Amino acid sequence: MSYVAIADQHAHLHDPQTFLTKYVWSQDHKVIAIQYMVTAMAIGLVAIGLSMMMRLQLGFPGTFHFINPSSYYQFVTMHGMIMVVYLLTALFLGGFGNYLIPLMCGSRDMVFPYLNMVSYWVYLLAVLVLVASFFVPGGPTGAGWTLYPPQAILAGTPGADWGITLMLVSLAIFIVGFTMGGLNYVVTVLQARCRGMTLMRLPLSVWGIFMATVLALLAFPALLVSAIMMILDNHLGTSFFMPAIMSLGDQTGHKGGSPLLFQHLFWFFGHPEVYIVALPAFGIVSDLISVNARRHIFGYRMMVWAIVAIGVLSFVVWAHHMYVSGMNPYFGFFFATTTLIIAIPTALKVYNWVLTLWRGDVHLTVPMLFAIGFVFTFINGGLTGLFLGNVTVDVPLSDTYFVVAHFHMVMGVSPVLVVCGAIYHWYPKMTGRMTNETLGKLHFWFTFFGTYAIFLPMHYLGILGLPRRYFAMGDTYFIPDSVQSMNAAISVAALFVAASQLIFLFNLAWSLKHGKPAGGNPWRATTLEWQTPETPPRHGNWGPELPVVYRWAYEYGAPGYKDDFVPQNQPPDGRIPATHGQANHG
Amino acid sequence: MNLIVAAVALLAGIFVWWLAVRGLTTKSWEAQGTYDGRDAAGMAGPAAARIGLWVFLAVVSSFFALFITAYLMRMSPAVVKGVDLRDWRPVAEPGILWVNTALLVAGSLGMQLASSALGRGKFELANLGMLAGGFCAIAFLAGQWLAWHQLQAAGYYAASNPANAFFYVLTGLHGLHLLGGLFVWGRAASRMSRGRTATAATRQSVELCTVYWHYLLVVWLVLFGLLLTT
Repeated sequence: MSYVAIADQHAHLHDPQTFLTKYVWSQDHKVIAIQYMVTAMAIGLVAIGLSMMMRLQLGFPGTFHFINPSSYYQFVTMHGMIMVVYLLTALFLGGFGNYLIPLMCGSRDMVFPYLNMVSYWVYLLAVLVLVASFFVPGGPTGAGWTLYPPQAILAGTPGADWGITLMLVSLAIFIVGFTMGGLNYVVTVLQARCRGMTLMRLPLSVWGIFMATVLALLAFPALLVSAIMMILDNHLGTSFFMPAIMSLGDQTGHKGGSPLLFQHLFWFFGHPEVYIVALPAFGIVSDLISVNARRHIFGYRMMVWAIVAIGVLSFVVWAHHMYVSGMNPYFGFFFATTTLIIAIPTALKVYNWVLTLWRGDVHLTVPMLFAIGFVFTFINGGLTGLFLGNVTVDVPLSDTYFVVAHFHMVMGVSPVLVVCGAIYHWYPKMTGRMTNETLGKLHFWFTFFGTYAIFLPMHYLGILGLPRRYFAMGDTYFIPDSVQSMNAAISVAALFVAASQLIFLFNLAWSLKHGKPAGGNPWRATTLEWQTPETPPRHGNWGPELPVVYRWAYEYGAPGYKDDFVPQNQPPDGRIPATHGQANHG
Repeated sequence: MNLIVAAVALLAGIFVWWLAVRGLTTKSWEAQGTYDGRDAAGMAGPAAARIGLWVFLAVVSSFFALFITAYLMRMSPAVVKGVDLRDWRPVAEPGILWVNTALLVAGSLGMQLASSALGRGKFELANLGMLAGGFCAIAFLAGQWLAWHQLQAAGYYAASNPANAFFYVLTGLHGLHLLGGLFVWGRAASRMSRGRTATAATRQSVELCTVYWHYLLVVWLVLFGLLLTT
């Protein structure tokens, strides 16, 4: 391939002229990334608010009269869906994917910048449709984030009039928008890497985001298929999922549909979705740990292979979410086995993180605290996953708080810790200024201990048999009164954690103007995004010449160099690379 | 879900193999300080658009494979505890579908003619092939619309049986994909009708449309076969 001809099309990137083309209708991957991040965090704040409402009800039942059973289910549903799809997926792939892929691969932009811009606006539309469902008659859907039929579309479930339709339409729009972005991420990684950047020299962040995008591209269609069929069941009266059923005393026109079919389709999307969120987190954490331990990542090749293996395996474990649906025992056995097998590459990654820290020159910076916090939390959540992966353990625990505790640890708290760590880490590159370290540490410790105060006791409540999804517990003989005090304590902790996120938001806003100027490479990191000629990088990223890569992404503490790190684009003879002169345009 | 597992396993196998041939076993930490000139790529070149299309086709394949899986799962007979739950009443496919299939084949041939003619520099012939490809696709869509009407007239309503519902959904979604292709085709065709020669961008556009036409033909043949045999 003649890269010379096509490698450097700087002239073809028409530089944006007006405010509108520069910041609103921008085709620059960095602006689009920040648009994605801000939108995702805004809708994420809504989801945090919803979870606070849930905790108010659970901690102090009967106190808040504006929360009734219907609105409680609406809060549960919207909290779950927003957090999983509209916050985490969008933030990791749309946000960090957009920002990091071109910079870390050494390209000027995504390969299809126009499509990339449309992707964001379609995502925004999906968010707006979702938010609109709060304002329609009947409110948003309260079907639970899994949207299981038949109850999701039957009268009596909150939001059966409008909410469920808007939810399904919003998801369909999201998937269309994501596909546009996802094509960009995959093709950019494959086609637009700078000279010398082989696949095995890519930072693990890019590997994680790349593999997660591949998963998302193949798995989201399953959600689209089920959304289409459910919309038809709801509005045309077809019976894809709807069995013959009575609704509020009347026979519906449906017959013969299979609710189980929906569950298969949903979880065929739903399980890879866990890894769509986890793989970028794995990748980013590997980089944060390596940079802050001033040590190469342990077992780079294995880390890459593990990412690929987890991605492939994640497609054959979906039915472990359905053990309670009454499946053939051999079917359950198969899925329990695959579920336990996927723990092998995952454990391998955990060992490698720990071994990277071992005898490293560990700097407990704010991003490092979050990264280590992630490893802790992920181990906790992962271990309970081994419990739940076994059919016989899962069946009694499935409908209890144990599951709530497990998945919040493993795919709630863990990825959110990475999101925070990653924002603290790359904020200097995005804005040219450092965040306040004291506030950052405060934010970390409050969040870390706070979330443990929330979710550790939930494991215990689950083993007691406390059922999840309940609006109120009522008089249940096996639930002691002390459970209520624990629920109240959990709610107080939850309110505390939510409030402490304000420190984070304040820090981000305050540092924009008052943060210490960061310089080009404040963490003394090797990867390409820290070697841009300007900080924040300008449109086109690299000035007149694209970087050339001479080494892998983890050259820390190599003997014979002045610094303890060697940038990827530093030539072997020690010449200063052309793009190494740092300037700050914060 | 057996089918989809097999399909995904196949895709995953191809993907892993493909990654492996691109040097997944390289010990990148040993090869430091050297740049061997391999694996160099650049900005959005012609290759990017082609790979972009193939990745998109993988997504669409996943989409249709999942629909076909749902189809097979929904139609599979179930007799639970002596109660017969089998409710699948096969659709009597209208004969016009054969004509439509022929039209789609003709459209694919037309596009193939267009791209190979452009390759040999025969611009007029390419233009002709392009028009044939597009209009055959439009005629196919009209024919599908007619087939829907015939089914409606014969009393095959979407709500009355899952077989009918799947027929409308699968043909409808296939048609929508073709419609999207026609949008891109329209832009390429109008660019060609204005010029006397084709630029590199136009040539690529025609080439990618051809791939997409062939792909949708294959999808249609699979769907048609499925609808005919069940």
